[in-house]
Amino acid sequence: MANEKKHVAGPARMTRRKAMMLGSASALVMGISARLSPVYAAPKSYDLKPVKVGDGLWMIEGATEYFSSENGGAIVNCTLIETTAGIVIVDTGSSRRYGEALREAVSNVTGLPVAAVVNTHHHPDHFFGNQVFKDVPIFALGQTAELARTEGDAFSDNMYRLLGDWMRGTEVTPPDKVIETGVLTIGGRKLRAIPLSGHTASDLVLLDEKTGYAIAGDIAFLDRAPTTPHANLEDWRKSLAEVRALAPSAIIPGHGPVDRDGSSLVQTRSYLDWLETTLNAAANEGLDMVEIMETRIPAQFAEMGAMPGEFIRSVSHLYPGIERSVLPLVNR
Amino acid sequence: MHGNPLATPIGRLAFCSTVASFALHMLCGAVLAAEPRVQLVDPLNSGNWTWTQTEILGNPEKIEFDDRVVIRAPEAAEDSFNVPVLVDATALGGVEQIVMLVDYGPIPKILTYWPGKAEAKVSFRFKIDQATPVRAAVKLEDGSWHIGSRVIDAGGGGCTAPAAAYASDDWEERLGEVRGMLWPDKGRLRMVISHPMDTGLADGIPAFFIQDLEIKSSDGEQVARFELHEPVNEDPAFTLYFDKGRLDDKVTVRARDNNGNRIAGELRSRLSQ
Repeated sequence: MANEKKHVAGPARMTRRKAMMLGSASALVMGISARLSPVYAAPKSYDLKPVKVGDGLWMIEGATEYFSSENGGAIVNCTLIETTAGIVIVDTGSSRRYGEALREAVSNVTGLPVAAVVNTHHHPDHFFGNQVFKDVPIFALGQTAELARTEGDAFSDNMYRLLGDWMRGTEVTPPDKVIETGVLTIGGRKLRAIPLSGHTASDLVLLDEKTGYAIAGDIAFLDRAPTTPHANLEDWRKSLAEVRALAPSAIIPGHGPVDRDGSSLVQTRSYLDWLETTLNAAANEGLDMVEIMETRIPAQFAEMGAMPGEFIRSVSHLYPGIERSVLPLVNR
Repeated sequence: MHGNPLATPIGRLAFCSTVASFALHMLCGAVLAAEPRVQLVDPLNSGNWTWTQTEILGNPEKIEFDDRVVIRAPEAAEDSFNVPVLVDATALGGVEQIVMLVDYGPIPKILTYWPGKAEAKVSFRFKIDQATPVRAAVKLEDGSWHIGSRVIDAGGGGCTAPAAAYASDDWEERLGEVRGMLWPDKGRLRMVISHPMDTGLADGIPAFFIQDLEIKSSDGEQVARFELHEPVNEDPAFTLYFDKGRLDDKVTVRARDNNGNRIAGELRSRLSQ
């Protein structure tokens, strides 16, 4: 093979944001602004309502949907933890504007300042509001911070595409303080850091020692289909077992309602198992991705939020690798 | 949310392109594209369709949009490097070839499939560079063309980024590996071929892709064949469909890339392994 191949850096191309700006400019010039959907013309505001879920703990529950110009990306759970130094916010939502609404909601509901931010992992719905909290420490696992730096811009392109004007002014702001293991003590409140992986390469679960609540990030989903763009199913299953072993008094999942009986762990585990079994069986029957995407989803999973879209996305994420391991190699 | 492509920002872009190319056509249409022999109303109202009709398909005398040509694909590309498509033209008889095209993209032709002894139905994956109408242009033995269409929304960039192969050290050892199997009882052939399928549009990486791919029976007779173009995905993956009983327990796959590399493998059914 004569071709000299090197590991080449990512694509140099117009960012989606610039393309959008050009697009809007030409839309105006061409006089077709009337074609724009009313959704894009409406003023954008998030209505964030922290709900008390435990002693000195509030949760803002996201919609159990995929990103859309209707929900503005308010699809994630954010947790507020009261300390003597102020509020620790776990995960900051999907845009600058979300971060601003979050900060305002914290102030309105608790009357306390923000002491610190923690990001559970590097997915954009969990850290794109960070920009608003640059004045306080923003903690995450080291690898999460690294992934936020390397993948943040590509996420940003896609988020501008999916959310449109909700994203205005959002700049990727990776976490700036690294935690790995041990106990993070802020304003007298002890949060045990448990570094896990499987949903992404780097997933942080926090155990609040005061209440025994686990703030599980996207290791746990409840009544909302788990997402798999960076998943390792085997590691994820191990992490679910580790969270169970913590025997938390309640679990705040990354998406979906507060879980007081461990059902988020059971549901996430059984969905991941079904997903893997289904894709393996499909590869053994020579199915194409399109045929699998059209598969009927069992009722228990079809009822979860963001279905069938999330299953269709997972087929794209996982099938090429699974198929490769199932089909026999015939010429070596 | 992908129901109306014009309601999304990328849809607006496509619409702008439509208006822009329409304006260009009005100004200098005669230079840009021949007058179509058959005037068609594109159900997707895309500004590039007429050019595709006249310049890519050769301005045929018999051509129509035809609902019997069905493209099955997700509404939005989750992975711009691997967009799955299944095209089904089995509702038509006497299919000679299926040409897969995009309206918007740096390289409009994805592949041409001559089904031969297989059904006029195939699935594959491709790299998408922007949201675009995808077309299946089906040519029958009587010379007529029948067009199926579907819009796929996308973040894009699939044609202009380096292949994932270059993040690994062993891509050369894996080059040309064929994985696959036959299911004669179900009339199905599935194969995946390891190849970077470089478009030539990523900085500093020349075009490097499989051009010819054919399936032969064990006695050397051609079963089906493809002409592939740069947009076919890295590690091309295909399902071919057959009438039950039409497929033997064993076929050979042969391919050639634009660097002259030859790829060969033998696919078998589970029973004959």
